[in-house]
Amino acid sequence: MSVQTIRNVFSVETGYRLSDDQIVNHFPNHYELTRKDLMVKNIKRYRKELEKEGSPLAEKDENGKYLYLDFVPVTYMLPADYNLFVEEFRKSPSSTWIMKPCGKAQGKGIFLINKLSQIKKWSRDSKTSSFVSQSTKEAYVISLYINNPLLIGGRKFDLRLYVLVSTYRPLRCYMYKLGFCRFCTVKYTPSTSELDNMFVHLTNVAIQKHGEDYNHIHGGKWTVNNLRLYLESTRGKEVTSKLFDEIHWIIVQSLKAVAPVMNNDKHCFECYGYDIIIDDKLKPWLIEVNASPSLTSSTANDRILKYNLINDTLNIAVPNGEIPDCKWNKSPPKEVLGNYEILYDEELAQGDGADRELRSRPGQSLGPKGGRSRDSGRTVLTTWK
Amino acid sequence: MLQEESDLSLVIAQIVQKLKGSSLYAQLERQAWASLQRPEIKLESLKEDIKEYFKISGWEKKLQNAVYSELSVFPSPSHPAAPPEHLKEPLVYMRKAQGSWEKRILKSLNSMCTELSIPLARKRPVGEQKELLNKWNEMGTDEPDLSLFRPVYAPKDFLEVLINLRNPNYENGDSLSFRTHLGLIQVPLKVKDIPELKEFFVELGLTTGQLGIDDSTQVPPELFENEHVRIGQKVLAEQDSAAAQQYIRQGSPTALRAELWALILNISSQPEDILYYEQLKTNVIQHDLLVDSLIYKDVKLTASNDDYYFVFEDYLYQVLLCFSRDTSVLGHFAYNSASPPKSYIRGKLGLEEYAVFYPPNGVIPFHGFSMYVAPLCFLYHEPSKLYQIFREMYVRFFFRLHSISSHPSGIVSLCLLFETLLQTYLPQLFYHLREIGAQPLRISFKWMVRAFSGYLATDQLLLLWDRILGYNSLEILAVLAAAVFAFRAVNLMEVTSLAAAEAVLADLSTLKVMPLLQIFLFATVT
Repeated sequence: MSVQTIRNVFSVETGYRLSDDQIVNHFPNHYELTRKDLMVKNIKRYRKELEKEGSPLAEKDENGKYLYLDFVPVTYMLPADYNLFVEEFRKSPSSTWIMKPCGKAQGKGIFLINKLSQIKKWSRDSKTSSFVSQSTKEAYVISLYINNPLLIGGRKFDLRLYVLVSTYRPLRCYMYKLGFCRFCTVKYTPSTSELDNMFVHLTNVAIQKHGEDYNHIHGGKWTVNNLRLYLESTRGKEVTSKLFDEIHWIIVQSLKAVAPVMNNDKHCFECYGYDIIIDDKLKPWLIEVNASPSLTSSTANDRILKYNLINDTLNIAVPNGEIPDCKWNKSPPKEVLGNYEILYDEELAQGDGADRELRSRPGQSLGPKGGRSRDSGRTVLTTWK
Repeated sequence: MLQEESDLSLVIAQIVQKLKGSSLYAQLERQAWASLQRPEIKLESLKEDIKEYFKISGWEKKLQNAVYSELSVFPSPSHPAAPPEHLKEPLVYMRKAQGSWEKRILKSLNSMCTELSIPLARKRPVGEQKELLNKWNEMGTDEPDLSLFRPVYAPKDFLEVLINLRNPNYENGDSLSFRTHLGLIQVPLKVKDIPELKEFFVELGLTTGQLGIDDSTQVPPELFENEHVRIGQKVLAEQDSAAAQQYIRQGSPTALRAELWALILNISSQPEDILYYEQLKTNVIQHDLLVDSLIYKDVKLTASNDDYYFVFEDYLYQVLLCFSRDTSVLGHFAYNSASPPKSYIRGKLGLEEYAVFYPPNGVIPFHGFSMYVAPLCFLYHEPSKLYQIFREMYVRFFFRLHSISSHPSGIVSLCLLFETLLQTYLPQLFYHLREIGAQPLRISFKWMVRAFSGYLATDQLLLLWDRILGYNSLEILAVLAAAVFAFRAVNLMEVTSLAAAEAVLADLSTLKVMPLLQIFLFATVT
């Protein structure tokens, strides 16, 4: 079902009720996670809540930066936060920022700026009223551009990972083992003269495939396993494992952040496309989450991957290929997972009193490996302290 | 006894001669002089004290590594009065075959040159030099018109030459018996059979831990992997080439592989090595060679389209263009049956004083050559180190895959080994494939010539190349090729044409190399 249809299905006006044997592939208010502005809002709110509770997760370092929850680049909503943004911009005037329209996808409407004059028109109506009253067409987010991405072969790339959520409360999510990296066809340069060249900066296939050097055989894509092999060989095993652990951590935290506001309709499951960028210090950054990740394929390998993705997703969401019953406990047996791995299972975690965030070191048996112990809601981190 | 001793002293003399010209010698000398300052060195026992000092400070290890490195390519002991051609290749008919093959290649190159009216080499105008220097890191975006260039030869052309190789002194009788070799290669070379291979590859046995098998999901790391990694780190700390070579027979942990290979190949990035690479880079900028276009074309045809290696396209140019100008590579022709092609300055054909080696390193690239470099890009991202590693890998191993010789790691022996293994242990399959016109070597030849690069998944390929380094031999390529056929035997028995057989064996990217090798060598009922 497309996002549009979901809006209709769950809209108050139509009064449509899903019956017990109907399962749909989107949560009613998925946009809390998948719209760029709402995602940032929810994460900011989540962080503040943790800070208020005094949770060790919300610990900050001497510069006031969150130690464990700083995974989204500094972001502001425009035009609502225009003044706040200007203040931040003036602190580091040589920085580059990226403007993204809130509701669009496939890299449409994105551009980079390094001067205030370039975004003058968002300053005109900088009311402090909540952004909801703004027409969604004009709403943009502006984030600090990561101008030191990790480069391989001199090219920028990002990671696309698929995460399946079957329920938010209790949180149960699965990570697809076969994510991929999307490479730009052009060499990366942070030089200001190339700020307009989208082939250098945006990794979306929708954009890259119009480039001169786009190759239809490999599509500029690498598997996550290749990335892992490359990083382990050139940087060492510890930092690579740490990187992947952090990526899983980011995903789980982002889901936890929106879990309280998500309408946990038992008829729903959702497969998200997470976009992550790694900078040259091997720190991962969450760029955005997509509700309808592209299921079309650009290469032969791609088609096989997407086919398996859909297959495994449906196997988990609707077990045994039978007519679904939304009342089932949403705990699929291990055999049907296919290429998915359990990323986080809140029920299991709370049940044992030991946080079994089953982190997937590809190939290693899932278990309390380097796990963090947790009791009654407090999480104590041991791995990367 | 006396003969052995004199052989040994001959070997020692030759190695000493070789090492005297190396930078290691200069460094050792400097170190010895510097050590005179040290309190423990006394005049009365000068020699012993300095030797002791070398041992403690690790310089003796470096010397050991250098000697070990020389020994690994040292030609087998022969008569002291043997002429140099004999060291390259003892069998005359092989030498002749290699010679005529080389003539053919050179002719093909020259005719392409005349056809396209492009000089073999020319000096670049200053403007072009500047442009190339700017674009050095992204030569992949350069789109010169390569449509008229063809690769000088492809592996299958080479295969045809090998098939027609015959020993004129060998008469195997007219009658066909079960001993008759049914394969394509018809030369009588000695190859190992499975019992001998089992002994040679003893560390790959069922009772020894392996990376590629014992580090998989189901096996807890405490059983083998952790200890193996620990030993690996110890080997690296000791900086001992020989120990590293022994260690890597069981596979190398991904994090340690780059350093281990550098240790085994005795590559350490000294400032003079980096300077040398920069010098080669300057040569590339100043002169344009015809082979450059061949290299471009090869990379565009192979690595650029590969799922694993397309990312490293620009590194490949940086390595291969420099490689073709590196005259130090000419040294390996002393033990390579091939000889570098000669070219003559315009107008002075035949006059020896005006002869130059072309290309400067004497190696003419063929279709797929760039795939030798590609997997190394996963390990080394610094161009001069990547270059050194590739150059050493080439002069130790890869050159044997495209020159005609009787060496046990030469491509001829590998083909024969492959066919013999198949015929002896999978006779039904071999016979069936032969009957339908699908000689197995026609399919596996390209795998072996490229050392499986581009056919296997990269992590598996690196595990395979670990063993090549560990055993200092390419025979494992032939064994793997046979193991692949054994693995897919059931499907192959059902095909009825060469094309169908190719299809069954088209995709090797899901294969796990070590289990296949283990099963074939140690677990098949013979």
